[in-house]
Amino acid sequence: MAEVDQKALFEFLLRMGDNTLVLGHRVSEWCGHSPILEEDIALANTALDLIGQTQLWLGLAGEVEGKGRSADDLAFLRDVWDFRNVLLTELPNGDFGRTLLRQFLFDAWASIMLGRLQKSSDPRIAAIAEKASKEVAYHVERSADTVVGLGDGTQESHDRMQAALEYLWPYVGEMFQSDDVDAAMVAAGIAPDPAGLRAEYDALIGAVLDEATLTLPKGDFAHKGGRTGYMHTEHLGHMLCHMQWLQRAYPGCDW
Amino acid sequence: MARPSVEQVWEWLDAVPDPEIPVISLVDLGIIRDVAWDDDTLVVTVTPTYSGCPATSIINLDIDTALRGHGIEKLTLKRQISPAWTTDWLSEKGREKLKGFGIAPPIDGTAADGVLAGRVSRLAHGTNLTIECPRCGSTNTERLSQFGSTPCKASYRCKDCLEPFDYFKCI
Repeated sequence: MAEVDQKALFEFLLRMGDNTLVLGHRVSEWCGHSPILEEDIALANTALDLIGQTQLWLGLAGEVEGKGRSADDLAFLRDVWDFRNVLLTELPNGDFGRTLLRQFLFDAWASIMLGRLQKSSDPRIAAIAEKASKEVAYHVERSADTVVGLGDGTQESHDRMQAALEYLWPYVGEMFQSDDVDAAMVAAGIAPDPAGLRAEYDALIGAVLDEATLTLPKGDFAHKGGRTGYMHTEHLGHMLCHMQWLQRAYPGCDW
Repeated sequence: MARPSVEQVWEWLDAVPDPEIPVISLVDLGIIRDVAWDDDTLVVTVTPTYSGCPATSIINLDIDTALRGHGIEKLTLKRQISPAWTTDWLSEKGREKLKGFGIAPPIDGTAADGVLAGRVSRLAHGTNLTIECPRCGSTNTERLSQFGSTPCKASYRCKDCLEPFDYFKCI
């Protein structure tokens, strides 16, 4: 394995782990509120997988950082500006359709990214990717299925899905932006250049959105700042108030 | 005490039930990947089923309790995530027990692969896996949800005996 800047590797792992952490928490907000029991359970299952993957990514991040921080420390004791998730994952759930569309837009990226990471020069990362990709294969099949079902459903569900797509689309581009951290990962053979995943991603979502009778919005404007930590949306802070409340109110609380 | 043989330890572990589905053992589940002695320390290598499975920590505790109960004093539990757990590792004995418990065992080779082409054509043709009802044996069943009561199961319904049941999905 080529020499790699450990700080860059730490950043990369935070990006992976914060994506699954923040999205996992968002999805878990549906627990007890879904339209029907089966959907409720499916969303809770998905959230659980994402939180499990978070433990692996952030666990490794803490190890690489070498300051003795655990996955839990990283999840519960950092503030907004230290999070490195893409903005897409922190957006509020909206209605059930928007939640599932956001899930699909993320799952499609994750399934491609994890496929590449299985060939990472870092065996620890390849192992996590191997494990996570099996779970994500089920996620992406389900979210794609639901997007098709709702998009090509009633007039009401179709309109809501189209509106969700208009709302979420400007947040898709951030997943494919590259910076110095990515360049360091590419040079060390640890991870692919995000920009290089775009063609495969467009083909994958294009086929599903087509089946769902949804129309891709024009334009490629992309909100950014989540994965670099430059600027999150106002929503992340509110989410962390809920997610981190216990550890903030009772530091070190354990049971 | 004398060091028990590795075979003996496997036998002990085969008596430790899965905390979620107690009719099968941890060995049946295929999550015990290795048992070995490192000098005077017993090393048991365990792989998680799903990365977020809440039973994982209970499983480690159960292994620890069982082996200490058999007089093992120095024990290390090693977590191994690659090769990733697959339902192909469920034992034959375990599959039979699952069925008897009312959970349809996995059909090997049918794990989701996330391949789009397969998915779209599956949607278009409405085809599905044929899962046998563990109660009445009918194959006239339908899937209610790919995600069931635990991460490892899907929810099905038998259209003949009308009972809902779990399918241990392939991964």
